[in-house]
Amino acid sequence: MDFKNTPNIDQQGLIERANRFKSRSIKKEAKLSGLKLALSMIDLTTLEGKDTKEKVKQLCMKAVHPDLELNVPSVAAVCVYPSLVSTAKKALKGSGVKVASVATAFPSGQSDQKLKVEETKYAVNEGADEIDMVISRGKFLEGEYNYVFDEIAMIKEACGKARLKVILETGELGTPDQIRKASDIALYAGGDFIKTSTGKISQAATMPISLLMLEAIRDFYYKTGEMRAMKPAGGISDAKTALHYLVMLNETLGDQWMSNQWFRFGASRLANDLLMQLKKQQSGFYQSADYFSKD
Amino acid sequence: MTKTDSFSLKFNDGWKYDPAPESIDHISIAEQYGLFINGEFVNSEGSKYFKTINPSNGDTLSKISEANKKDVDKAVDAAKAAFKSWSKMDPSDRAKYIFRIARMIQERAREFAVIESLDGGKPIRESRDIDIPLAAAHFFYYAGWADKLEYAFPGKNTKPIGVAAQIIPWNFPLLMAAWKIAPALACGNTVVLKPAETTPLTALKLAEIIKDSGLPKGVVNIVTGAGKTGSYLVEHPDVDKIAFTGSTEVGKLIRRATAETNKKLTLELGGKAANIIFEDAPIDQAIEGIINGIFFNQGHVCCAGSRLLVQESVLDEVSKKLKARLESLIVGDPLDKNTDVGAINSEAQLEKINSYIQVGKKEGLEMFQSNSKVPSKGFFCKPTLFFNVAQSSRLAKEEIFGPVLAIQSFRTVDEAIEKANNTPYGLSAGVWTDKGSKAFNMSSKLKAGVIWANTYNKFDPTSPFGGYKESGFGREGGVHGLKEYLILENQEG
Amino acid sequence: MNKRVEVLKTYKLYIGGKFSRTESGRYFKLEDKKGHTVANLCQSSRKDFRNSVVVARKAQIAWEERSAYNKGQILYRIAENLEGRKSELADLISAERKLDKKKADEEVNDAIDTFLYFAGWTDKYQAIFSSVNPVASSHFNFSILEALGVVSSIMGPDNNFQQLAALISAAIAGGNTLITLVPAELSLSAMTLAEVIHHSDVPAGVVNILTGFEDELLEHMAGHMDVNALLYWGDKKETVIKIRELSESNLKRSVFWPTEKNRARSPYSIYDLQEIKTTWHPIEQIGGATSAY
Repeated sequence: MDFKNTPNIDQQGLIERANRFKSRSIKKEAKLSGLKLALSMIDLTTLEGKDTKEKVKQLCMKAVHPDLELNVPSVAAVCVYPSLVSTAKKALKGSGVKVASVATAFPSGQSDQKLKVEETKYAVNEGADEIDMVISRGKFLEGEYNYVFDEIAMIKEACGKARLKVILETGELGTPDQIRKASDIALYAGGDFIKTSTGKISQAATMPISLLMLEAIRDFYYKTGEMRAMKPAGGISDAKTALHYLVMLNETLGDQWMSNQWFRFGASRLANDLLMQLKKQQSGFYQSADYFSKD
Repeated sequence: MTKTDSFSLKFNDGWKYDPAPESIDHISIAEQYGLFINGEFVNSEGSKYFKTINPSNGDTLSKISEANKKDVDKAVDAAKAAFKSWSKMDPSDRAKYIFRIARMIQERAREFAVIESLDGGKPIRESRDIDIPLAAAHFFYYAGWADKLEYAFPGKNTKPIGVAAQIIPWNFPLLMAAWKIAPALACGNTVVLKPAETTPLTALKLAEIIKDSGLPKGVVNIVTGAGKTGSYLVEHPDVDKIAFTGSTEVGKLIRRATAETNKKLTLELGGKAANIIFEDAPIDQAIEGIINGIFFNQGHVCCAGSRLLVQESVLDEVSKKLKARLESLIVGDPLDKNTDVGAINSEAQLEKINSYIQVGKKEGLEMFQSNSKVPSKGFFCKPTLFFNVAQSSRLAKEEIFGPVLAIQSFRTVDEAIEKANNTPYGLSAGVWTDKGSKAFNMSSKLKAGVIWANTYNKFDPTSPFGGYKESGFGREGGVHGLKEYLILENQEG
Repeated sequence: MNKRVEVLKTYKLYIGGKFSRTESGRYFKLEDKKGHTVANLCQSSRKDFRNSVVVARKAQIAWEERSAYNKGQILYRIAENLEGRKSELADLISAERKLDKKKADEEVNDAIDTFLYFAGWTDKYQAIFSSVNPVASSHFNFSILEALGVVSSIMGPDNNFQQLAALISAAIAGGNTLITLVPAELSLSAMTLAEVIHHSDVPAGVVNILTGFEDELLEHMAGHMDVNALLYWGDKKETVIKIRELSESNLKRSVFWPTEKNRARSPYSIYDLQEIKTTWHPIEQIGGATSAY
């Protein structure tokens, strides 16, 4: 495939379309089911130098039982650094919540390919169900699309049974056309997910960018019949925004994609806002953050 | 079957949105409305009334006066009398009144949006986000021109024309009133406006604002009624200027009816715009442009992109994506915030649209409609696509004014231009390509007054709008829109 | 010494870059003060008009697409070439309108200056009347003038040679092609002007000149479906009404210029024969001070 000829994207039209989803008004049952669905799609994430086993264990508790009073589902996964995978694996045993690990010299990706493969294998051996890799943006911007493609394929192979999320770090790629190109490379190279951001730079997921990635997934499905998943990450911290994303998913990819197998939110603060909104739906009163555990 | 036909998305039983109706609690509509003449609401001389209904359920909203000849005479007299002082008023004072109207529309925007949707059937999302804000913006824009007219036409002195008779359609009731009234007033003319008989309410609400604004009596008069009322207005000897937006058929009648007079005329008439998709287009944005082009306001848009011309190499892809996109269009209650396509404006219009759908079926064209449910009560029409439409088909030639898209294909740039221009109309056209030089070429070759390149159905008060050929003459909006309401005199005499 | 026997000139029509007789074979006489025949003129038929529209339509786009600079040079060339035939034209004007020679001289000079005047406008009127419109959304939006297309015109009997020059200049400076019907009183000078135009690099079909009678051709000109505009330069109320009524057929633009004191030496004469076209295009918002999208 010649990635020089990926589809053109008009940024203004893209933004207009994304804004249309925001004008949907989600009420009552639709809101309740939407909030629960969003919660179930969260990759609860902690990716800090100061992460400890205790911190990860607490996060895993939260992941399995986001709220003990409310009848709510577990989140989709807990996402950690490779060294904490085994801790998370133990804490989540039997819960159905997946362990995701970043790898490939996250977040910059500036390392040797062999080391990236080794790191991936290490995380998988430690028990990771999912690997969140970063693409080599430097190579991508140099126009070395085949390098980027081959690297993703290499990591995919190293993943074995683990599902591979390919982080494009869209904020570093510049234009929608470039992001579409990177999406296509990731999809055709075997990425199970395409993911917007590392969360480590200020430009994180936005609706227009996520929309164009969903459209890349749709076009890939149209061409190959294979479903692929999407993960916007960073910047989605409130329930309202999460519902807008679900509207976008619902109207772009349709019924089959409306589950955490095919869509994730990379977010840490979102869970509590969803819980507050769910509580509000139940009680009829607006909530205070002090009543929801911060893990 | 091509490969892309084998996999399709499903939009049937996923996440459905609950109804989200806009509240109508704060809306007051009188049981009956008089005419707005000389600054007051007065009863019609003939005491004849007609009903205005909610097209989404058939309920009567109010009874509206049918202005007869005497009423029209009174309104024109009031406008003529008011012209003497209004035309001589300090232009910056004229501006202030028009600014006030703009502001008051903004203050009452939600009320206007709800009434517009109730009376006309358009989705509240559109009346709220497009019609009403744009109407206010038009007043705001032209208000600013009132005391700057000498800069608009270099080398010329400007003079107002006199009494402007303005007849507007039912597709954008308040917005068309704004397009007409704002430049007329800014240039120092006075106005008698006749809204369409199926959508008079927001014009009458505008009359309330005009009254509240303190605009001198008689400067704007609003008479309601149907074609007959309009013809009294057109034929009135004291009318100096006629601005009409509506069908080409009626526009031609007006041209003929005014032939013996020196009434200045602008006509904003029908269209059958080509929306042209090249293979190098940003396809996903083009899909939105197509959808917005034909389903905006149920297709009741004179500049609707009702003929889709797709380059053959991307015809399959565009068709497939369009069909999928249709599935997520929500048709229904205009007041529901989630409605994309509202009610057809009237029973007569619905019949007309349905008759065209029958024409398409009879011609043996492939038709596609979405699975979306349509309310059983009221006037509704599913968004409809017809494929493989020939240039000779009635669906490609005649203005349907509804949510029906005729899809055609082309192979070369030349063929696209030829097909696009092969129509008596020339209001607008759309071009989708990523190549700048191609976009500029198309823009210069297409015989239409408005060219949307990589976008569609965009409007702005600063941007002149109007047609070539049988789509009418004259422009509304921008500096060019002023010319229609002024007499330009040579400075040297 | 014998007086030399002059060679008399046959006046034809100017259609599509060719001088041809009317297909109808009809003629009418132009006589001088003493009632002597000055010339037999072609009485154009509706078919001559129709043929003119065909060639004018064919020539229009290519003419419009000539650069403004080139159109200006061609108008300048007409002025240049007119200079050389000044006295001949003055004689003809003097004969056809029974005007004294001095007046006729002035008129020719004025006409030459008028071509020159419009030669200078071709690459400037667009800048005067176009606009870039600051729309509220992220779009580049501009309005430009564009030729109406095929313009036909009828000149009344009171028009003079300068006005003919202004009409032709204004129409073609703006990229239109023109078919003009001139009255008997302008026909000798008009057909001589046609010869000048013919040798001034004006492409065939851009200017077409017919002689004949308004009464006969008015309806066909106003009703023709492939004519974009009809300009009437005259004062007859019935003609104005008829044009308005019949222009309904295809909603052709009707433009009326009164005769009196109107030299039409103004860019607004060009503007009168233009459409306004507005184009929108999105503007990407990436980089600079704009935030992430």
